Amino acid sequence: MSGGAAKIPVRVAEVTEVNALIRRIRFVRRDGGPMPAFSGGAHTVVEMDDHGTRRLNPYSLMGDPADTTGYSISVRRDDAGRGGSLYLHRHVVPGMDMVISHPVNLFALDLRAKKHLMIAGGIGITPFLAQIAQLAALGGRFELHYATRNPALCAYGDELTARYGGRVHLYHDDAGQMITLPALLAGQPLGTHLYVCGPKGMIRWVRSTADSAGWPRAAVHHEEFLAPPPGKAFDVTLAASGKTLTVGTHQSLLEAIEAAGVDAPYLCRGGACGQCETDVLGCDGTIRHNDHWLTEAQKASGQKIMPCVSRFEGRSLVLDR
Amino acid sequence: MGLTFKDETFREDFTFFNSPAAIRRFPFPFPEDSYMYSVNMEPHVPGRPGSVFEKTFDVDEHYVAEMRERARVLAEDPLRCQSLPHMTLAGWDLLELIMEAKAREYPDWFSLQRDGNRWHWINRPLEIEQTFTFLDETTLPCGPMEYITRQTQGDFSLQDQRNDNLWMDAGMVTTQADWSLDFDLGMNFFEWHAPVPLAHEKQIFTRALKFLMNVQHGAPARRFNWTMTIDPLLDTSPENYPKWGPSRATLTPENVGRRMHLRVELQTFFRLPRSNALAFPIRCYLIRFEELATQPKWARRLHRVIRDLPDELAAYKGFLRNKPIMVDYLAQFDDGTPTSPGWWAD
Repeated sequence: MSGGAAKIPVRVAEVTEVNALIRRIRFVRRDGGPMPAFSGGAHTVVEMDDHGTRRLNPYSLMGDPADTTGYSISVRRDDAGRGGSLYLHRHVVPGMDMVISHPVNLFALDLRAKKHLMIAGGIGITPFLAQIAQLAALGGRFELHYATRNPALCAYGDELTARYGGRVHLYHDDAGQMITLPALLAGQPLGTHLYVCGPKGMIRWVRSTADSAGWPRAAVHHEEFLAPPPGKAFDVTLAASGKTLTVGTHQSLLEAIEAAGVDAPYLCRGGACGQCETDVLGCDGTIRHNDHWLTEAQKASGQKIMPCVSRFEGRSLVLDR
Repeated sequence: MGLTFKDETFREDFTFFNSPAAIRRFPFPFPEDSYMYSVNMEPHVPGRPGSVFEKTFDVDEHYVAEMRERARVLAEDPLRCQSLPHMTLAGWDLLELIMEAKAREYPDWFSLQRDGNRWHWINRPLEIEQTFTFLDETTLPCGPMEYITRQTQGDFSLQDQRNDNLWMDAGMVTTQADWSLDFDLGMNFFEWHAPVPLAHEKQIFTRALKFLMNVQHGAPARRFNWTMTIDPLLDTSPENYPKWGPSRATLTPENVGRRMHLRVELQTFFRLPRSNALAFPIRCYLIRFEELATQPKWARRLHRVIRDLPDELAAYKGFLRNKPIMVDYLAQFDDGTPTSPGWWAD
């Protein structure tokens, strides 16, 4: 089962500049048919041919999951990133044909929850937009706390407030506004589930605060996609395919494997889903584990690697691929 | 569609049998002359025309009789169909999946017209016509999962995916190989598989769970499982064990060919879009030994599989005490010649 989720051939129907950093792209099926329904929190992997470089990046679906006429994503421009968001900002225009994956959800609502408490930071708002639309349709109880730098960068804040009123709380860093998390958590009814999506520091803060307040781990949900970090180029040997290749500075190991024509499994490409887990047959050096999937013990054993985000430094690395 | 739905029973007088055409398309589960557990998954894509893989949900000559039998089981024991409150959305997902597939693949028998959320469903073999509002339970005579699975062959379990596990939180289970939804409801993947021997040591369930949690929308998967059943009894449930269990002590060399049935489960796995739950249909196909023996390859191979099966597995599948009678009966069809690869009949 390699090659990610099933693909959908789409056309770019609409491109909207939401604010100085964020642009929204709407996709419809090229054949005019309906998109699959999806669950709030799901993402799609967008395939890009960036002038010869193949990029596959996950983006949360932000539309109403019941709307099957098209999918929308919001992309924050990352000027220091590897180029996926820059490509979507600079080169994608209405009418363009692209390929995206079927929805995959690694950040699903727990529908048993008595209440859904959502903490969003910046572009981390996107999965919550879909979850809130779904909960509103189902009659679910939710409350959103959404922090951004300032009102100008508070994407969709006005729309959310207009539609959901007191269930939406906005915070602006420039105005010194902070989510008072310990008090917020202390006031929740039994059976509340907590969801966080945003910058790494925010996720760590919310999870540790909930942890020390005694929240059950299973009631705290987060989503964080990692971009493959750059690093020194290194060589890798693929034992099953009989190939040795070099992974470039700005290339991920998974991308190098794919560029060599070797079929490798993947799903999220962000270190979260576990699908690309690969056995390490030989390692003379240090694996730089960057994923959220392997346990600390597995990372220490050096017998597994997640090629979508992890790298290697040393003399030789041999994988069972 | 030159298919006639048979009027037959799965209890008391047991008038169930397979037509020659049904025997030819039977999903014989052994691709080689021996058997051991494996995850044995493959993509659930349309298969050979006429085979049980041709359609997403196979409808065969037993359809109407099986649905009548399901209604009888439910009338006697309503707990065979249960859905925890958070699984209603998954029930709607399942209803949509089945209605869409059947209307598309069997247009002579089923029709679905959608006008926004106003849906109009026709099931001609069962003489059902229903207009309802999608996602509004009050417009159906029962919950969405129960509604559609009263019209679809096979058992169904709907599994919620959370906390890195699958949870059996809803199901319709009336044609099961000796397991109970009422007992398993709310259990996770490891809990409900706890009774299976040998497989845990082989890490089979760890691998299977990982695979299932990664089943994606638009890419369903399938596998086989199998056991043995005396008489064509669909409802071999723990709840009714006192009624059917004693039949195991009534098998003789004279009646084994007529009464012993190979019971095959075609298990499929679908990611449901709105709920992110996993649908697990378990379709049961029965074939009596006499019917199976009309296909020489299958009879030769089944003899070798049963003869060499570890006793733990024969005990778990419930036929250890009858294994010698079964092996003796099947031996007459095994001349020792090789069998061709794969499981299709020669």
